[in-house]
Amino acid sequence: MITITHYLVLSAILFTVGVTGVLIRRNAIIIFMCIELMLNAVNLSFVACAHYLNSMQGQLFVFFTMTVAAAEAAVGLAIIVAVFRNKETVNIDDINIMKW
Amino acid sequence: MSEYLFYIVAVITVTTAVYLIFEKNPVFGALYLIQTMVSLAVLYILLEAQFVAAVQIIVYAGAIMVLFLFVIMLLNLDIKEEARNPLPFQRIPAILMGIALFTVICIVIRSKLLQGKQDQYTTAYVQSIGNTKLIGNLLFTDYLLPFEITSILLFVAAIGAIMLAKRKL
Repeated sequence: MITITHYLVLSAILFTVGVTGVLIRRNAIIIFMCIELMLNAVNLSFVACAHYLNSMQGQLFVFFTMTVAAAEAAVGLAIIVAVFRNKETVNIDDINIMKW
Repeated sequence: MSEYLFYIVAVITVTTAVYLIFEKNPVFGALYLIQTMVSLAVLYILLEAQFVAAVQIIVYAGAIMVLFLFVIMLLNLDIKEEARNPLPFQRIPAILMGIALFTVICIVIRSKLLQGKQDQYTTAYVQSIGNTKLIGNLLFTDYLLPFEITSILLFVAAIGAIMLAKRKL
């Protein structure tokens, strides 16, 4: 029997993998993909809770999360392209002009 | 049957996610992430959220990841770029912090803090009307204002992307 705990633990694993990826990677595009992974993990817990509580709100909120993810991907990738055009790199160690 | 399917798909999901964060080539990383999203769509079908599963494949695997792949191939990144690592001691503490975060989340899941009240949308009720129809009904009645704000968000994002893509910033 698959309970809600299975899905929540899977969601927690995916979220943790996303956080770890953001911390250990240096490529800005891969960091972006890890953020998408975290958003997907949260979506999974939304849908799991909605299913086990016989609710519909969880599935609706997934659509709003997806919209935010799409907007974030569009703007973020535009920023990465703009940074690459100026500095010829997407390595975040070289993009430290705002570092105090 | 669905139990085995859950375990198989869960293993595939976690494996591809781990491959993503240790993959040197960003193109392969994007392909691994596409596989993660397709496996999540299978999990949504197991959770009887068919419309969410379809939208997951169309929007995430179809639109967002194609945008990522497009940018990766447009920039023509050098794979050797990550070989030079000025913070070599960051990897082990980052993985330890990830394990700590996972432990904290598991404690919260086990602590019965997450309680909610049952709603009326049981499986039989949803199947008698249809998953997509119920979502559409809710989206255009109770959640009309968030839906309209979503359109403003997408509009602003499109304008922002066009502004950032201009030749002279």
